[in-house]
Amino acid sequence: MNYLYAAYAVTWLIHISYLGTLVRRHNRLKREIAELKKD
Amino acid sequence: MKRVFPLLALLTAGLLGYALYQALVVAPTERTMGDVQRIFYYHVPSAWTAFLLFFINFLASVQFLVRTNETADRVASGVAIAIGVGACIAEFVIRPLPAGMHHGSIATTGLAVTALYFVIHKLFSEPSVDILAQVTAEVGVVFCTVVLVTGPLWARPVWGIWWTWDIRLTSTLVLWLIYVSYLLLRKFSTSGETPVLAAALAVFGALDVPLVYFSIWFFRTQHPQPVIGGGGSIDPRMMRVLMINWLAFLCFAFLVCWSRYRLERVQRDVEETQALEALLEPRSAVQ
Repeated sequence: MNYLYAAYAVTWLIHISYLGTLVRRHNRLKREIAELKKD
Repeated sequence: MKRVFPLLALLTAGLLGYALYQALVVAPTERTMGDVQRIFYYHVPSAWTAFLLFFINFLASVQFLVRTNETADRVASGVAIAIGVGACIAEFVIRPLPAGMHHGSIATTGLAVTALYFVIHKLFSEPSVDILAQVTAEVGVVFCTVVLVTGPLWARPVWGIWWTWDIRLTSTLVLWLIYVSYLLLRKFSTSGETPVLAAALAVFGALDVPLVYFSIWFFRTQHPQPVIGGGGSIDPRMMRVLMINWLAFLCFAFLVCWSRYRLERVQRDVEETQALEALLEPRSAVQ
């Protein structure tokens, strides 16, 4: 049973980590756009 | 579009929750493996989703390479049509088929290839098709990582080992490495030819996808037989849960690809603007 929960948990950990990188990229992009508008 | 996305995200979250409930509670317990078999409901849909994404990456890469040349574009379109027609007439040409293969599934797959090729051709322009290739490779690698992690977590209690250098496992690892190298090339290469090099790598990399998929049909392997066609079989209730989970992961992959695609478009626009600014700055300094 532990292996089952580990597999499901790791699956979501991988997906959530990737979504986290997308959010980080999105925020960085927003900052870059704001800087470009300032210039 | 901005209104549709949150709605689709909500529906997908609901579907993923329902699929999880089906996998953990509703699906019957397998007699010999017990509950650990339920890993299958995440492992197999993730593999199928990764294959589909890598296949879209292949079609997008081919189109990126051929669209600059009108003749090559026509030849590629002709090949796509020939694949669909060939798959439909395979019934009359290839007899007998290898065990487990069916003429109906060959025709469906062939027609799906042709349809997908022309859908991409119609919906994506030349720069957009390069973005599509990049995005599908990235999300495909995420799903392939899930496959490579959940596989050993199933194998340890069932086989007694985490990993074996069996053809299915090894070819999947090679597939993952090919697409990771594709993403590294895109990230770190500063050459103006990077999209072309990446597309060429993707076309060759995609050759590993059928090898991974058919390895358990043609080679003696420790990996279980395919549950659709092939030598394996599955309880219809398990098949239903498997399909619900695949649908849920497909919807999830579609939404992630959509967000990533929009992000990449904006990022490229920003980079273009920054490059233009950098070009203009020295001139204004001189003036």
